[in-house]
Amino acid sequence: MGTTELYHLSIHAVLPLLQRRMLSAVELTRAYLERISALDGQLHTYITVTAEVALDQARQADECRAHGEDAPLLGIPLAIKDVICTRGIKTTCGSRILENFMPPYDATAVARLRQAGAVLLGKTNTDEFAMGSSTEHSAFFTTANPWDLTRVPGGSSGGSAAAVAAGLAMGALGSDTGGSVRQPAALCGIVGVKPTYGRVSRYGLVAHGSSLDQIGVLTRDVRDAALLLRIIAGHDPLDATSLDAPVPDYERELQRDEGLRGVKIGVPKEYFIAGIEPGVETAVRKALNVMEEAGATLVEVSLPHTQYGIPIYYLIATAEASSNLARYDGVRYGLRVEGEDMWQTFFRTRALGFGREVKRRIMLGTYALSAGYYDAYYLKAQKARTLLRQDFERALQQVDVLACPTTPGVAFRIGQKLDDPLQMYLSDVFTVSLNLVGMCGISLPCGFVDGLPVGLQLMGPPLGESMLLRIAYAYQQRTDWHLRRPPISVQVSGG
Amino acid sequence: MKADLRYDPVIGLEVHVELNTTSKMFCACRADVFGAPPNTYVCPVCLGMPGTLPVINAQAVRFTVMTGLALHCQIQTHSVFARKNYFYPDLPKGYQISQYELPLCTDGWLEVETSAGVRRVGIVRVHLEEDTGKLIHVGEHSLVDLNRAGVPLMEIVTRPDMHSAEEAYALVTHLRQIVRYLGVSSGDMEKGAMRCEVNLSLRPQGSQELGTKVEIKNLNSFRSVRNAIAYEIERQTRLLEAGTQITQVTMGWDETAEVTRPQRSKEEAHDYRYFPEPDLPPLALESAWVERVRQELPELPYAKRARFVAEYGLSEYDATVLVEDRAVADYFEDVVRCAQPSVHAKLVANWVSGEFFRMMRETGTPIHEVRIRPDDLARLIALVANNTLNQTAAKQVFGVMWQTGRAPEVIVQELDLGQISDREQLAALVTRVLAENAEAVASFRAGKATALRFLIGQVMKATRGRANPQLVEMLLREQLGEEQ
Repeated sequence: MGTTELYHLSIHAVLPLLQRRMLSAVELTRAYLERISALDGQLHTYITVTAEVALDQARQADECRAHGEDAPLLGIPLAIKDVICTRGIKTTCGSRILENFMPPYDATAVARLRQAGAVLLGKTNTDEFAMGSSTEHSAFFTTANPWDLTRVPGGSSGGSAAAVAAGLAMGALGSDTGGSVRQPAALCGIVGVKPTYGRVSRYGLVAHGSSLDQIGVLTRDVRDAALLLRIIAGHDPLDATSLDAPVPDYERELQRDEGLRGVKIGVPKEYFIAGIEPGVETAVRKALNVMEEAGATLVEVSLPHTQYGIPIYYLIATAEASSNLARYDGVRYGLRVEGEDMWQTFFRTRALGFGREVKRRIMLGTYALSAGYYDAYYLKAQKARTLLRQDFERALQQVDVLACPTTPGVAFRIGQKLDDPLQMYLSDVFTVSLNLVGMCGISLPCGFVDGLPVGLQLMGPPLGESMLLRIAYAYQQRTDWHLRRPPISVQVSGG
Repeated sequence: MKADLRYDPVIGLEVHVELNTTSKMFCACRADVFGAPPNTYVCPVCLGMPGTLPVINAQAVRFTVMTGLALHCQIQTHSVFARKNYFYPDLPKGYQISQYELPLCTDGWLEVETSAGVRRVGIVRVHLEEDTGKLIHVGEHSLVDLNRAGVPLMEIVTRPDMHSAEEAYALVTHLRQIVRYLGVSSGDMEKGAMRCEVNLSLRPQGSQELGTKVEIKNLNSFRSVRNAIAYEIERQTRLLEAGTQITQVTMGWDETAEVTRPQRSKEEAHDYRYFPEPDLPPLALESAWVERVRQELPELPYAKRARFVAEYGLSEYDATVLVEDRAVADYFEDVVRCAQPSVHAKLVANWVSGEFFRMMRETGTPIHEVRIRPDDLARLIALVANNTLNQTAAKQVFGVMWQTGRAPEVIVQELDLGQISDREQLAALVTRVLAENAEAVASFRAGKATALRFLIGQVMKATRGRANPQLVEMLLREQLGEEQ
């Protein structure tokens, strides 16, 4: 098998090769590192590539195997979104203010991946502090969509999504505060899971909106997502909001494919509205038909408060962010720009360290929490959030999961929405509600419009990951969208 | 006419108490940070590093509930932590995790004794938060020490129910006594383990309306609390009598000059933008657990004092002195338990509040470092009670016990201090003394009673104080009588 094809394989396909020692972790890791050096000049998916760390881990993985040891992800090269802390590896959050920040600790999710034997290829690009939907708000560069280099990969986990889609990582961690895993997964034609709030520890995930943030996985197919999720999920004593519930073997649960007979899929009418791109709606409708043919029953449901999702989200997420980002003051770590006195040092550090979008959100959030405005904005948003959750609870009493497009459109052009924050915010219109209600969701490829991928979103109840993955897997078994690879190729000199 | 107006001070207190938990409020760092080299008791969580999260310290919650119960508060089974947002270099996260709308304990009271009698002071709330770090100013520079950042801090807010410096002083000292009794804090104001802010206003006597509030900060001792309030009452009275309006201001107490001064208020009109801490779910307590904590509360000072009076027949004064410190009170009771029934508790009280306290004071020994075991002290007191030792000898033995922690019997033997109660031995001695002091014998016979004291003294002297004085007196009277 030539190395050129290795990066097309899924994790579950590669694991048996590693286990039977038909392939070494070092060979696999090298293939990925070579692919990164060949393609990342065009794609800009990685902020930091940790080639040495990766090869070390790969060598260790091979040694372990030589000693007859095994681990669930032994030798699998993965990428980590750069808002997730990695011990001894720079974690920039796509920001100048943390450009040289080296955490002395691993995020719990990262520690679990290491424990499972994974190889860390590097840290992927993100909108600054995960605030954005395109990676255009990264302080360093914009990641290109591997299906069309003039387009955005989505965001904020755009680096992770593009890397996985283009074969620059076998899978990746992202973070999802309002759609930041699912939206780029959709725009890059891969699978992205936003677990239930509390399913995966947030310890070491640099906070954006603490009541919304959740680490998720980005993979090329559903089975790989199940595999990775099982490793990172579970209670963590370091995160008081993490759920103390057993973690199912998601991958094994997939194997009992009972088709979709008896499964009730809710189709929320508020998610099929004017403004959605026709090609996207067509693709999603077709996907619904496929599921119906596989035995599922489609039921139209209503989530009446959907229109308030974006305003609620941008009040709560910004309020929390304004507080979460207060710690970047130049006193203990990160950028410090000296001023004449302490206060000037604070002001200048933050003025030069943060980008425009981050400042915009800090100001919005500060305003929403201010005396005299708190009740009208933050508190009201929290009350509306409860109504939104009740929408979901009611709907999920009638059906097992909800299905809708992940995004209203396919990947947009780089620069297209940069000067119109509201348009940018609206690209998350189908994803933000799920974070506000704390439930789980998945985006999976379901078609193309003009060569650009379309994502189908399934949303399920708290801790409904297992069911969600099973339904997604059943759909995937009946389609081949997940097998499509972007037309990007290594520019080989001399053939 | 203005001069005839009298003003009533209205005083409320905010008291911060550092809890002596094993670890900090939200991380695993040790909390006994006092005196440690700067920035050695820190971890990613209390340094506010990116991505770290707080986890509530159960011991701190228990300590706060204990305090709330001791202050007769309602314990809220649902309380919420909130973020108090402001920038300062000693505040690593840019916000302090505190409690705001839904504190752990509400609506309590505490009674204090003043010269004017027992006063009840309302407690608005007791809540839990984290301490900040400290700035150390060196020349032009300010250095940041974050050891203290994240140490559990309990805030007790009283109602404005106090009306004099004495009352406020009584309240803070009683609060200290209670937190020490509960074992939740050292209560050392000098070490910053207890900090106090005073809210004070004056109003014309008889008026129900509150005057303009002045806040006094930087009170580093109990004396400061009393003196600053007294000073501020005087200052405001003078202003009011001169017809000057009081302006709402924060004053700092200058301990050396003994005056309050307006503090530079760099943080005017703060908007803390409180909101519920999303990293911590609401704190839910089970009522059964709260009840268990209530059952396990130690006996508190006033109750203990009343019991000492009733159970041991002590005077109010003795009981007050003995219950001042819970460990001392416990020690006293241990001695009583070992000494009874042969020795009366009053005798033990005399020993503990007398010789024992004197030695503690003179040697600066805290109770937990005292080497004398309660049962040893009990037996020493018994030796006096049964006339084996006289007072002088007993004090000598006590001194050795204090230094060595050894048993009284051993010391008595070694120092050859046992009381001589041997009748024949003493009778011979008495005969000799009478023979040698004919003059005194004569004046006794002439009816001079003091002569007998002198003769007893001579016998005591001859035995280096070891003779049983009662027996000596009896023998003297016998022999003097026989001769008659």
